[in-house]
Amino acid sequence: MSVINNCIKKLEDNAAIIDANEVPYQQLNMLLRKLSVNGIRTVEIYNVCGQRYIGTGLKAPLEIKVYGVPGNDLGAFMDGQRIFVYGNAQDGCGNTMNDGLIVVHGDVGDVAGYAMRGGKIFVKGNAGFRVGVHMKEYSDMKPIMIIGGKAGDFLGEYMAGGIILVLGLTGEEQRDEQSMKFVGVGMHGGTIYIRGEIKCKCMGKEARIEETDEYDLCLIRDLIKEFFTYFDLEISINEVIADKFVKIVPVSTRPYGRLYG
Amino acid sequence: MYAKSRQISHHHNDDKIFSSCALFGMINLTGVRFTSREPLRAISSMRERGNGLGGGFAIYGIYPDLKDLYAFHAMYMNLKSKERAEKILMRDFRILLSEEIPTKGSNKLPNPPIFWRYFLEPEPSKIKDEYVDSDEYVVKRVRKINIGVKGAYIISSGKNMGVFKGIGFPEDIADFFYLDEYEGYMWVCHARFPTNTPGWWGGAHPFNILDWSVAHNGELSSYGVNRRYLEMQGYKCTMWTDTEVLAYAFDLLARRHRIPIKLIAKILAPPYWEEIDSMEIKERLMFTALRKVYGSLMMNGPFSIIVAHHGEMIGLTDRKKLRPLTAGIKGDFLYISSEEAAIRLISPKLDKIIRPSGGEMIIGRIKSPQSLEVPPLIRREHI
Amino acid sequence: MRTYLLPEYIVERDDLKCTRCKICIEQCTYGVHYYNAAKNIIESRSERCVNCLRCVLFCPVNAITVRRNLNAYRENYHWTYEFIASIKRQAELGSALLSGMGCDRPYLTFWDKLLLNACQVTNPPIDPIREPIEIRTYLGRKPKILEFKTGDGDIELETKIAPDLCAETPILFAAMSYGAVNLNVHEALARAAVECGTYFNCGEGGLHPNLYKYSEHIIVQVASGRFGVDLKYLNAGAAIEIKIGQGAKPGIGGHLPGEKVSKDIAAVRMIPAGTDALSPAPHHDIYSIEDLRQLIYALKEATEYTKPVAVKIAAVHNSAAIASGIARAGADIIVLDGVRGATGAAPKIIRDNVGIPIELAIASVDQRLREEGIRNEVSLIASGGIRNSADVVKAIALGADAVYIGTAALIAMGCTLCQRCYTGKCSWGIATTDPEISKRLNPEDAYKRVVNLVRAWNIEIKEMLGAMGMDSIESLRGNREQLRGVGLTDRELKILGVKMAGE
Repeated sequence: MSVINNCIKKLEDNAAIIDANEVPYQQLNMLLRKLSVNGIRTVEIYNVCGQRYIGTGLKAPLEIKVYGVPGNDLGAFMDGQRIFVYGNAQDGCGNTMNDGLIVVHGDVGDVAGYAMRGGKIFVKGNAGFRVGVHMKEYSDMKPIMIIGGKAGDFLGEYMAGGIILVLGLTGEEQRDEQSMKFVGVGMHGGTIYIRGEIKCKCMGKEARIEETDEYDLCLIRDLIKEFFTYFDLEISINEVIADKFVKIVPVSTRPYGRLYG
Repeated sequence: MYAKSRQISHHHNDDKIFSSCALFGMINLTGVRFTSREPLRAISSMRERGNGLGGGFAIYGIYPDLKDLYAFHAMYMNLKSKERAEKILMRDFRILLSEEIPTKGSNKLPNPPIFWRYFLEPEPSKIKDEYVDSDEYVVKRVRKINIGVKGAYIISSGKNMGVFKGIGFPEDIADFFYLDEYEGYMWVCHARFPTNTPGWWGGAHPFNILDWSVAHNGELSSYGVNRRYLEMQGYKCTMWTDTEVLAYAFDLLARRHRIPIKLIAKILAPPYWEEIDSMEIKERLMFTALRKVYGSLMMNGPFSIIVAHHGEMIGLTDRKKLRPLTAGIKGDFLYISSEEAAIRLISPKLDKIIRPSGGEMIIGRIKSPQSLEVPPLIRREHI
Repeated sequence: MRTYLLPEYIVERDDLKCTRCKICIEQCTYGVHYYNAAKNIIESRSERCVNCLRCVLFCPVNAITVRRNLNAYRENYHWTYEFIASIKRQAELGSALLSGMGCDRPYLTFWDKLLLNACQVTNPPIDPIREPIEIRTYLGRKPKILEFKTGDGDIELETKIAPDLCAETPILFAAMSYGAVNLNVHEALARAAVECGTYFNCGEGGLHPNLYKYSEHIIVQVASGRFGVDLKYLNAGAAIEIKIGQGAKPGIGGHLPGEKVSKDIAAVRMIPAGTDALSPAPHHDIYSIEDLRQLIYALKEATEYTKPVAVKIAAVHNSAAIASGIARAGADIIVLDGVRGATGAAPKIIRDNVGIPIELAIASVDQRLREEGIRNEVSLIASGGIRNSADVVKAIALGADAVYIGTAALIAMGCTLCQRCYTGKCSWGIATTDPEISKRLNPEDAYKRVVNLVRAWNIEIKEMLGAMGMDSIESLRGNREQLRGVGLTDRELKILGVKMAGE
């Protein structure tokens, strides 16, 4: 317990500052839970390096600012909290997230937003492989993920709901054709928007391209506006909104129909 | 003419040893040697990925004064094994130095085997009779001891490098072998989480043959195919781990078949037929040929590996990138790690972060070990 | 003389349902049904019924039932009905009894004693819907090593690879000679091969001129009778297969009864119509392994080294040694046909008693070639009673590169395995060359059924591969670790190279 108490650098009103240097993740997360239950509403954590599951299992609202590199499964099963990361996140960011917000001023690794059911994830930089796998939506719970840079292979695999928007703004090759493969394999719900172009052969056979309509463009515009409120980007927002977007939707809601008989 | 039927002996009845792990590699691209402090810190920080049942290090450049001799690190379960192994060594090699590898008794690592090292070269008269080069000569002897002498294992057989490994967390292994007293220009570290092995010291990574060392995270579903192909080429897989198969694959492809390193990645993690079909004719023929001839060395299943040999450190993942791997560059250093956090721990500010795609190889290459004027050569290998 | 044979089947007709449409009379090629005008009913001569089920399936009101004759000999495990009937028949005919299709005896199938693995926890399974699973298979000779030329940062391949076959699925269509089956069957198989991206073997009866347009998907066969073999024929295929033997009748030659040698068949085989078409047991120019080598190279010369040459042997006791010899003789592909292999006509006693199961043969040939360090240089095709996609997967796990399906393809087209192919009266229009009956097999319909079959099996193969955590078939070939045996003796497990389930 003393370790935990030692790492609290400042505690006043409803805000706390923590130094996570050498603090094992179990203790860090226990501390976060304790603080939130005791009325703390904002926490800044410095020297984060590899601690996992930050933001998991919190029952009260909390806003967490993470400085450093959080470990795997940041915000896993999160239910309404807000996390801001100033650095790169690793794999499993927003795993099975129910509600809340994750903003990453950097890249996220593989398997981000896996089975996300609600809430939002905004990534300034790039995302890895298998991002947005089996995202799902139900009634008014609709998860949203916006990637400022590029995404890797298997984006939106098995998607059953929600929205993924890939902007391709940052990263070495800006505005180039997205080079990822196997986009939307097994997709049977939800929508993926990609700024720029994508070749048909990059997509899984369960996904197809559809023309964007007024509703889509409106939605994209609102999403981009929201995205820009979190990050300082060199490109102008109007330039981005005015660009062409590709809309990817599922071919059917029953991709197994023709295979099993 | 026809080879005799091969008898494979093995300890466990399982097909092989399953495990999950953490990898960390660090190389100074100008060849300047450094201590264990940083690599050890990095690998220890990934404790979640290991479970104390295996840790190991392959360190390059640790015996500069004896760099032209083969440095055998041997592990013996008992004195009898040592005796029998040494009979072979003394008969086939000129041993210039033979000593115990200094180890610290510790209650964290009960009943460790005996660790010994030899600096030697092939017995000149014998090697002349066999019409092989010294590397092949050494490989044969190492194989002979590993299979033929019960309880004896040569865990590394390269020059000016050595593998230190065993059952324990990496920091305990480092402590046990006094690794803070060694300096090398390249360190490959590994922490293991095996699921079906009792304390089998030999099963820890890195696995080594000559100066090729492999640390591996993941599981090869193609293990049976890979192993049988390698056995057909004369290798004997005695350790029942995927890592052993990977090390032999590199030895076969790089040393014996002389396949360029870039293409070795494309044998282990080949492009999909769909991609190959849309390539230009020359490339298409080349990649089709690679899959046809070396299809049995395709590594199927999730994996990320760090492979090292003198002058080069290589990182690679399977073509669907089912295991994590991140690389970072800072000044003269290249880091390859399972998790980014481990790199940031020892080098918070990086010049560049590289996140390889599935099947994309990262190579850190030194031009010549002592060269100082050439900037770091990092290649992200695309074909 | 009077027959003492019991009719095997009894044809029953529900007279209330029967509308006297006479379709059954029309469809039966064995003369079973006839119309009794006086009584206005259709009657049946049950003793002629072979249980081909054509009338049963074509009766518009499902009025017909064919059932096993309940009259049977007293139960006797040693002297079974089959053996007793065979003796009585031979006593009447004085000749070797013929039969069609493959061996139907029990205890010779090992597929059902092998089980497959699936991945859990330590290695994830792969879902073929989401992730690509590659089953493309190249068949042919491969070099031991690839050599490259490097310069200016460019890498070029120097080694030349011999011509080979590229199949998009590990399933190929087995050899069924023109004569054993008719042109419609051949055409259906050829078209199915094109659509599935695989190959169809035209068998030893030559290749009908109408089918030359499917060249790129045809494997032409050169058997001991050398029917229809000329330069044009040899160059008409994507590969050439030398047939030394087949699983249904190892050691004896092919046999097409004169009744089936129609005008067309005769023209393609280049023999007089109505004569028996016999392929001698050995190739008369192959009496030792070096002769085989000579033939292989003769064929390669004749086709200017542009096509792979395969050699097909029946699986017998020393298949491993023979296969090794064949590989060293220069063959690019070795085809092994097991005891369950089918045929249009073979003496029943040979069909049922000569040869060994393909499972054991593949395992031992694969093992032997590996021990000799040459397994990677040739391709191995398994054949003989492959019934479903699990058999395909198990065959590849045991060591085959690909499989041939014959019986399965015919069943897809309509065959009901009544084993009367040798009579030439196949009511389904498959194993007959009678022009009228042959019309019953519509190539358009038949080829679609075969394509569907292959497509369905491909899906299943991918599911099984995915379950084993592999995304490519190269990782299954010879991967015995993925198999476990049940109900097998230690010795059998050892030969198969497979552990017991639970280990």
